[in-house]
Amino acid sequence: MKYRTVFDIIGPIMIGPSSSHTAGAARIGRVARTLFAEKPDRADIYFYGSFAKTYRGHGTDVAIVGGILDFDTFDSRITNALTIAKDEKIDIHFHEEEALTDHPNTAKVVLTKGEVTIELVGISIGGGKIEIIELNGFQLKLSGNHPAILVVHNDRYGVIAGVSNVLAKHEINIGHMEVSRKEKGKEALMVIEVDQNVPNTILKELESLPNIVKVTKIHD
Amino acid sequence: MFRNVAELVELAESQDIPISEVMIRQEVEVSGKSREVVINQMRENLKVMRAAVERGISENVRSVSGLTGGDAVKLQEYIKKGNFLSSDVLLDAVSKAVATNEVNAAMGTICATPTAGAAGVVPGVLFGLEAKLNPTEDAMIGYLFASGAFGFVVANNASISGAAGGCQAEVGSATGMAAAALVELAGGTPSQSAEAMAIALKNMLGLVCDPVAGLVEVPCVKRNAMGASNAVVAADMALAGITSRIPCDEVIDAMYKIGQTMPEALRETAQGGLAATPTGRELEAKIFGVSLDKK
Repeated sequence: MKYRTVFDIIGPIMIGPSSSHTAGAARIGRVARTLFAEKPDRADIYFYGSFAKTYRGHGTDVAIVGGILDFDTFDSRITNALTIAKDEKIDIHFHEEEALTDHPNTAKVVLTKGEVTIELVGISIGGGKIEIIELNGFQLKLSGNHPAILVVHNDRYGVIAGVSNVLAKHEINIGHMEVSRKEKGKEALMVIEVDQNVPNTILKELESLPNIVKVTKIHD
Repeated sequence: MFRNVAELVELAESQDIPISEVMIRQEVEVSGKSREVVINQMRENLKVMRAAVERGISENVRSVSGLTGGDAVKLQEYIKKGNFLSSDVLLDAVSKAVATNEVNAAMGTICATPTAGAAGVVPGVLFGLEAKLNPTEDAMIGYLFASGAFGFVVANNASISGAAGGCQAEVGSATGMAAAALVELAGGTPSQSAEAMAIALKNMLGLVCDPVAGLVEVPCVKRNAMGASNAVVAADMALAGITSRIPCDEVIDAMYKIGQTMPEALRETAQGGLAATPTGRELEAKIFGVSLDKK
């Protein structure tokens, strides 16, 4: 079953005009902001495919910046996101890319603050659902059909066991899990698809474990 | 869990409960949330839908591109004059579908049903029929669960995306959902709901997705209007006891297969249909050409 809940059909509440070009874009921006965990000084947004061609008419630009400002899909401040970003001294740059991508609605978001940077590639697959396909050079495979959490961590023994123990304790079932790292012993990423929404309290509990850098959820 | 319309109707009829109740019970089970939480979440959706309709029929909303806006107000004024051809209920539903989609195009707040581009049909029909059927708030929430149940089947067995299956998958699905839910709201049986869905969707088959300049505006807003009127008529036909010769699940399957064989130019790429007409191309150049020059 591609859709699990009636609220995928009746919902989400969002700012128009397009669930894929507006709500999806806002969600991609917001995942980037959540993972970055603070207000960036600069955001570089690269639009590909249909996003590159129609972003102005669809408000994809304001939506994705709204997400970067941590606004939800239904936050009416989205329409003024560019002005708000300016007021908050976030330097926004849009780049229209010609490169062909696997999905027509693809965006890359690069957030920067001083030396710290994050690079995330997301696709908007319809109805406001998104998939994150790349994070800081890590390739991800997220179906977008299940609630999922991303755990950025240090590549050390026991970290994966710690995370799965917490999920087990709260009776959260893992449907699919991937672990990737760039280099042995360095930064690594866990992508965990689960069967039900993970409340923020559990995300906080996971974040407090040793060697965990950041935990966020992509889908409710 | 129901996988198709036949199972949905069977679940409702064997337990003697409405379609909406089947959907509510499934949602409670799948989400692990309480019945109260699930119903309140739908209540929020209803509130957003009502606010969008009210804004659309009272304010002169305009889209960013300037292609759409203001037609819902025109229809309301036309209804007030009393000299209309169809019926006040039908036109009210149509105007409220237009209202929602104009608010959507103007980057207002809406509830995607099942998508943003098709968000007008389900609320348009509900609020258009509100004065006539005088439903309680619970019944209106039930209408949304019932339409969600049928949309759930379409989304899982076919598609609700214009890019994947053409506008038949988007406004077409919304039309079928609204027709089926309206039957329940008007006191019809679950199987009559299924007939209404089949009749409504049959009449949207083959509908291409050809947005001018790739924007969710032309012809989307007016297609939501026609979807709403189609839904009301299909519901009336089903309530009159008319059945679809082709069962609902087979109509959904036909819709899916038509979508798969539809050329890509007619699936939200703005390469064919109305988007490729001389005027469509002119509008596209005006919207994007000028703004690109100004960059």
